[in-house]
Amino acid sequence: MADRLFSLLIWATAGLVVVTLFWVLGDVVIKGLSHLSWSFLLDAPRDAGRGGGIGPILVSTLLILLVALGVSIPLGLGVAVWLSEFSPRSSHKGRSFGAAIRLTLDALAGVPSIVYGLFGNAFFSIFLGLGFSILSGGLTLACMVLPIFIRTCEAGLSAVNDDWRRGAAALGMTRTSAIWYILLPSASPAIAAGLALGIGRATAETAALIFTSGYVDRMPGSLMDSGRALAVHIYDLSMNVTGGDPAAYASAFILITLIIILNALAQTFTDHWFRKRIYAS
Amino acid sequence: MIGQGGWKAFFLDRSWYPLEGKFGIMPMVWASAAMMLGAVLLAVPLGIASAIFIRFYAPKAIAQSYRLMLNLLAGIPSVVYGLWGLTVLVPLIARWQQPGASLLAAILVLTLMILPTVALTSFSALAAVPKDILAGAAALGITRKGQIISVALPAARNGILGGTLLAMARALGETMAVLMVSGNVVQYPTGLFEPVRSLTANIALEMAYATDQHRAGLFASGLLLTLLVLVLAWLAARYQERNTYG
Repeated sequence: MADRLFSLLIWATAGLVVVTLFWVLGDVVIKGLSHLSWSFLLDAPRDAGRGGGIGPILVSTLLILLVALGVSIPLGLGVAVWLSEFSPRSSHKGRSFGAAIRLTLDALAGVPSIVYGLFGNAFFSIFLGLGFSILSGGLTLACMVLPIFIRTCEAGLSAVNDDWRRGAAALGMTRTSAIWYILLPSASPAIAAGLALGIGRATAETAALIFTSGYVDRMPGSLMDSGRALAVHIYDLSMNVTGGDPAAYASAFILITLIIILNALAQTFTDHWFRKRIYAS
Repeated sequence: MIGQGGWKAFFLDRSWYPLEGKFGIMPMVWASAAMMLGAVLLAVPLGIASAIFIRFYAPKAIAQSYRLMLNLLAGIPSVVYGLWGLTVLVPLIARWQQPGASLLAAILVLTLMILPTVALTSFSALAAVPKDILAGAAALGITRKGQIISVALPAARNGILGGTLLAMARALGETMAVLMVSGNVVQYPTGLFEPVRSLTANIALEMAYATDQHRAGLFASGLLLTLLVLVLAWLAARYQERNTYG
């Protein structure tokens, strides 16, 4: 009897969670779709966002993301390769320089995004004089995404069987080409996962962007212009604009869709790019 | 950049009136703590139950789609949760007890946000429990419920605790969703229906116009927040490392 009750309880909890998720998602999809149209995607916002669309905001969002990924992918892959392949291994756990870097990265990965916002505002916007711009927003996001991206990629690289490294060395491959043609491709699932995590966090971010990339909802002319990200737009519409809720829901729907699309793209891209190289030769 | 010398004011000043030079952040520290604890109290039972559901009860297909759903839940941007909380949850609470935007709303939204973390980490901790132990328990004639409660859960205890601490760190660091639903009045949290302001929300709200001392105060509260989160993350890592079964 008690056993029955227990399993009933478990099923009920699971049901509750499912219902809540569909409640949230359902609201976003239904209220979002009812306000959605092609002109909403392309037009500039009018009347503080109540009317018009989100064209310039989509452009700013993508530009910020582009800056963030453009900085964090090469830097992140480089550090990950260094950590897993080149950092001196010490027999005492936690004594080497690499271990110190890992610890720092883990600590940074947990820092709240609003604190990254403070840092970005003080460092990029004021100290480096970039002001409220897409560039400083993107760089702030890069700082935020890097720790988690590096750790995921490094985990993937470290998981590659050592036989592959020895095999490559035995075939006379240089260390560079072993990394480029063997290690990175075989770690590609982890790299894709890290990329997805990074894209998800960066696209969804609001708190770190308010004080770095700013509020301006015009079409950005260059990377030095302030641009409003989609998440900031949702926040502004729902908090500061009365009657902005339909547009906010439509933007939320677009934001979730954007994250899903970008994740799929990242997945196919890494798959395709790496598979071609590991099987071509 | 960090407030110099005046750190005592943080804990001694009665409240937060930055324009009058009063920087008492304790009301907001308590508000943040109350939100975090409330959310954890709700999310941990739900999360562990979800993990048990995926690990022991759900048929394979359902378990997989349930995990996919949890991942989706984890991927929804916090500002969307905030929007939903503001337009659905807050009016709902307001109908019951004014003003709606309150500690309770923040707790509920945070619960939704940290539930996937608790559930997924608990699941991997449960999945790592060796099958032998469970088979042994079954051979001893212990019921399913007994196996789960007195064998699997204790064995997965460290992993679950680590996941919980990680979720606490996330709840503490969350800004937007909390900012949008909690009402943002600086005061000690005295009831579930009182509007409160968290440390994170305070930074986001005042950064736009803060200067000099005020700005330094905000940076210092950011530092305090970071330290709190780091302690939680460090404890989480320690517990998850000790994930051994005897």
